[in-house]
Formats: sequence, structure tokens, C-alpha cells
Amino acid sequence: MIRTVVNFFGDAKYRRRRWWLFLLVLAATLIADFLVERHAGENFWDAIPGWGALIGLISCLAIILFAKGLGHRALMKDEDYYD
Amino acid sequence: MTEWFHPALVLIAGALLLPLLTLRGQKITSLLIPALVILQVAQFNPGTWGEVEFAGIPLVLFQVDRLALVFAWVFAIMAFLGNLYALHIQDAAQRIAAFLYVASAFIVLFAGDWFTLLVGWELMAFASAWLIFASKTRAATGAGFRYLMVHVTGGVLLFGGIVLHGMQTGSYLTGALDYSSGGLAYTLIMVSFLINAAMPPLSAWLTDSYPEATVTGAVFLSAFTTKTAVYVLIRTFPGAEILMWSGAAMALYGVVFATIENDCRRLLGYHIVSQVGFMVAGVGIGTEMALNGAASHAFAHILYKGLLFMGAGAVIYMTGRRKLTEMGGLYRTMPLTLVFYMVGALAISAFPFFSGFVSKSMVIAAAAGDGPALATLMLTVASSGTFLSVGLKLPYFMFFAKDSGMRPGEPPANMLAAMGIAAAFCIVIGIWPGPLYALLPFPVDFAPYSALHITESMGLLMFTLLGFVLLLKILAPENTITLDTDWFYRRGAALFMRFARGPVQLWEQALITLGDGAGLNSLHRLSRQSMSADTNAVDATVNGVAHSARGTGALLRRLQSGIVSHYGLAMMLGLTLLAGWLLLGLGLGIGPEMGPVTAPGLGGSP
Repeated sequence: MIRTVVNFFGDAKYRRRRWWLFLLVLAATLIADFLVERHAGENFWDAIPGWGALIGLISCLAIILFAKGLGHRALMKDEDYYD
Repeated sequence: MTEWFHPALVLIAGALLLPLLTLRGQKITSLLIPALVILQVAQFNPGTWGEVEFAGIPLVLFQVDRLALVFAWVFAIMAFLGNLYALHIQDAAQRIAAFLYVASAFIVLFAGDWFTLLVGWELMAFASAWLIFASKTRAATGAGFRYLMVHVTGGVLLFGGIVLHGMQTGSYLTGALDYSSGGLAYTLIMVSFLINAAMPPLSAWLTDSYPEATVTGAVFLSAFTTKTAVYVLIRTFPGAEILMWSGAAMALYGVVFATIENDCRRLLGYHIVSQVGFMVAGVGIGTEMALNGAASHAFAHILYKGLLFMGAGAVIYMTGRRKLTEMGGLYRTMPLTLVFYMVGALAISAFPFFSGFVSKSMVIAAAAGDGPALATLMLTVASSGTFLSVGLKLPYFMFFAKDSGMRPGEPPANMLAAMGIAAAFCIVIGIWPGPLYALLPFPVDFAPYSALHITESMGLLMFTLLGFVLLLKILAPENTITLDTDWFYRRGAALFMRFARGPVQLWEQALITLGDGAGLNSLHRLSRQSMSADTNAVDATVNGVAHSARGTGALLRRLQSGIVSHYGLAMMLGLTLLAGWLLLGLGLGIGPEMGPVTAPGLGGSP
């Protein structure tokens, strides 16, 4: 069973199916967040449906671009830097 | 409970026993002793034992309260899992070091006074350093030495803080301190705690040294030092506002550095920094829910982070590679390792029904309830970054991505078993958080599984995955190392030496030349005369002395090998004997008749 699952995520032949599954999951999580009951929370974003998805996507893109940008400008060095 | 016996004593006894045994005996002992400690912890009730006076200062060697019990449980479980993971090794010294390391963590947990805590604190630094030196590579020796330097500095700061605090208050008993009242003593204690908690800019020791440790040693390292620091922070500085902001900053710092890291265990190290940031933030918020969150997150974290280090370690053990750029396609032959690793990754990413979900959300909920919106937002962004690096980037480039052509098998059965048990904990705690919540220092009024919380978390995680897919090419690991604050003492020291060899030496040379000339000729004459006196009279006497001195010198030279790690071991042994003597003397001298008294401080009653 484990091998089947692992191969589904690894083997190239399941590529199309993986994409469909991924899009399905994205849509389902987004729709579900619009359907659940919301209470007025402590912060303004508690009232926004889809907030989790929005902040997740923005955070992820921002972290990658910021970290890589900072890395290439300053922090990433050749491996023998300290030798 | 009619009698007490410090778990550290059991572990130290085990450490002393290990070198006398055959390999088979060592293996059995390495599992038996931690199992005994687990049974022991199960017997503990809050109370205070082992009160003695040392040089006029009252010490409390063994004080159990609900907070200490949370950490004692997970330390004991992790001691067992770490030893199970390391069952196949043949190096007795590493087993001994691991025992002493865990023992020292227990000394800190149960210390009711600052001096006992300090003994545990110092022993912890030396015992754990051995797990780094034991790699026996040049890089490990250097990193281990830097690790020791940082921790010895932290120990000195702590000692200074303790003495100042004692002089000011007349008390050496541990307990909550009001950080906002200021003072040098509190600052020294706080800084020494933050060094061990790996708070940037004092965090580089962790990411510098853990990836150089042995495969099995890093599993222990990932669990004890930083979490002991979280424990003493909860006990000493609950509600110190500076901790809330520093914790949130830590959470982001680790995330950013992990994003550009290529060494798999260094990446995980940055996520220790990040996760400890959540705990430190919880301590800073300081409400009952936040402190519960910090304690439960430490509990969950030790198990899933141990599991992640086990998974990455298993790959290093089987392939001999540690850089993500050199890996890929391992899912074909290491599916079990992949699945266990992913359980740890989903737990650290706080997926619903995994352990991180029920502990991290308590910290974030406490931040949303009683903290500023910005801190909550910072922690939420860090949650996305956690899944990005630990849950997506590392496993993708290690197990999938382009095929490296390597076809290693699964690791030895004991490694798989340890990973399997750790993974089971991550899932069971996630599905059934009741027992963990019941263990926490304060009553829990928090339900992690609401429909909204689940959909919001899933949205965050799945759209992080979308971001990962979109920017995969940019994110790909590169063959570089990342500068961190260790630059200052690695490159800084080299620059200092260059300065010493360059300008300073020139200046010295100039002074010497200036001294030559006028005064020199008369000096030469004088020296010629005294030389003849010296050769005839003095030398004869000196030769006799020198001969015997040379003999002693040769003996000393043999004792003094000049290798840092040997000094480390000698210091470690000395400290162990001291700690053992203290505990043993007390265990035998004052045992049962001391009787429990109510523990002051946090969660004293069950």
C-alpha cells in the first residue's frame, strides 16, 4: 500500500492525475472555507472567507522571493568560503 | 511516593556501567535504562525532595511540579527513541555521552535552586559536544569547538547572573523573575537562556554544529538543549514582553534561512530555531493558554523534530550524502523512510490530525487572544514557511525531483522502528490530544478541532503548496553555504589574526629596530661576559635540574594530548563525577524521611 501511494507521487506516468488531484484539493479547501460558520474573531481577517488560502499563497511567494533575493545578494557563498 | 531517586542518577549509573559491558550488553543497557526512566517518571508526583545546605546556601536538588513533568515525560520518551535509533552503533563513547546529556537535562528540569541548575547546564554543554566531536571529521571538530565556546560563554553569563541575583535577593531558589524590573542579573540570566534557546543573533551555534554531529547524535541534539532552554524560560520569565517579539522574529528568521539552505540537516536546524520561536513567543505572551501552548508545543516538537532528524539521518547514513543538490529519486528504494519523514513533516507543518496542529494552534490562538495582531500575523506567515521548507522543499529534492541514480535500501530495522514509534506519537497526539492536554501545567480550555480552524489551516497549507509549485525553479537548492552570525567569530577571528600578523607585527618590528643601535653595543659586551660566567658555573647546576624536569615533562606530554576533544572529555568526566557525587550522596543520605513538601511556583498542585 505504502509503495503504491509513494509511487503515485513519484512516477512520471501519474503526472496528469496528480495535477487533477491537486486542483481538486485546492478548489475543495477554498470552497469549504466559504461554507463554514464564522464568528467575529479578535482580528479583522477572521471575517474574510478564504483568508487562510490568501495568506498561505502570499507568504509562500514572499518568503521564496525574499530569501532567495537576500541569499543571492549577500548570504549565499561558495562552499569553501571558510576554508 | 515514599522515596525518590533522581532519574539523572539512573542515567549516570548507566553511563558508568556502559564501558564495562560487551557490545551486546551495551545495546541492552542503552534501551533498558531509558525504559526505567520512563517507568520512574510515571511514578512522579509534584513535591520537593533533596533539600540540603551547601556552603551555607540551601539547595533543592529535586523539585517536581506539573511543568517539569510535561518535559520529563517527553525527555524520557525521546531518550528511549534516540537510543533505539542508535542501537546499531558500536561507539560506546557516544552512548555514554547521550546518557549524560539526557541526565544533565533532567538535572535542569528538577533543579529547585540555581546552582543545581547550573551544574546541569554546564554538563549538558560538554556531554552534547561529544556527539559532535564523535563524527571525527575536521569540520566536526571545528564546529564542536565553536559550539563549546558559545555554550561555555553562556554558562559564565548564567553563573554571573545567578551570583548577582543571589547577592541582591539572598535567595538561590529558582522561580519566576519579573524581567521588566530590569537589572544586570536578570539580563545575564536571560541572555544565557536565549543562547541555549538559539535566539538570533545567538543562534548560529545550532545550525553550525548540528549538521556536523553523528547521524544518531543529531537526533539527541535536536531534542534537549533548546527545549531545556524553553523550559527554564517558562519557569523564569513568563510574560516578559520582549520574548513575544523575539519569538515571532525567531520563527521568521529560521524560515528565511531554511529556504536557501542546501544541507538537509542544517535546513532542519533552522526549523528548530523557527519552532522554538513559537514557544518563546508563547512564553512572552505569558497567559495560561500561551504557557500551556509553549509546553505542549515543546512536547510535540521534540517528537516530530526527532523524527525529522531520524529521517534525514537515515538518508545520510544510507547514501553518505547530505546536500539536497546531490540527492533525488530516493522514493524508489526508501519508501518507508519517506513515509515516516512525511509524518514528521506534516506534524511540524500543523496539518489537521497531526501533533503540531493541536499544540501550535494553542500558541497562535493565545497570540490572537492576548497578543498584538502583528505577532499573530508573523507566526501565521512562519507556519506557511515551515511547510514550504520541511514539508515540501526538503522531501521533494531528497526523495523526488531529478533522479540522482542512487538506489540505497531502507536503513537498519532499529532505525525504522524508532521512526515508526515517533511517527505513531505524532499521529496519536494529533487525533487524540486529551492525554497531552491533561498533562499541561494549567487547565486547558481549548478545542483545536473546529470546522473553521480546519478549513483555514488547510487553505494555508494547500495554497503554500501552490506557491511552491509556481516558484519551484527559483526555489531549487543551490550548491552554496549560507552566512549566518557565526561569520563574526569564524571570519572575524581570521580577520583579527590577519590584523595581528600584518599591522600589529609591523609595529612591533618597528619598535624592536628602534631599540637596536645605540644601546645595543654595550649590551652585547655585557652579555658576552655574563655568558662565560653562565657556562662555567650556572650550567652545571641547571643541567642536573633540567634532566629531571625533562623526565617529568615527557610524562606530562603524554597526559596532555593537546586535542580539544580530549580536554572536553576530561572536563565532562569531572563534571559528571561532581554531579554524580552530589546526587548519590543525597540519594543515600537523605531519602525517604525528607518527605514531600508543596512545590512553590508553577502548577504546584496536581
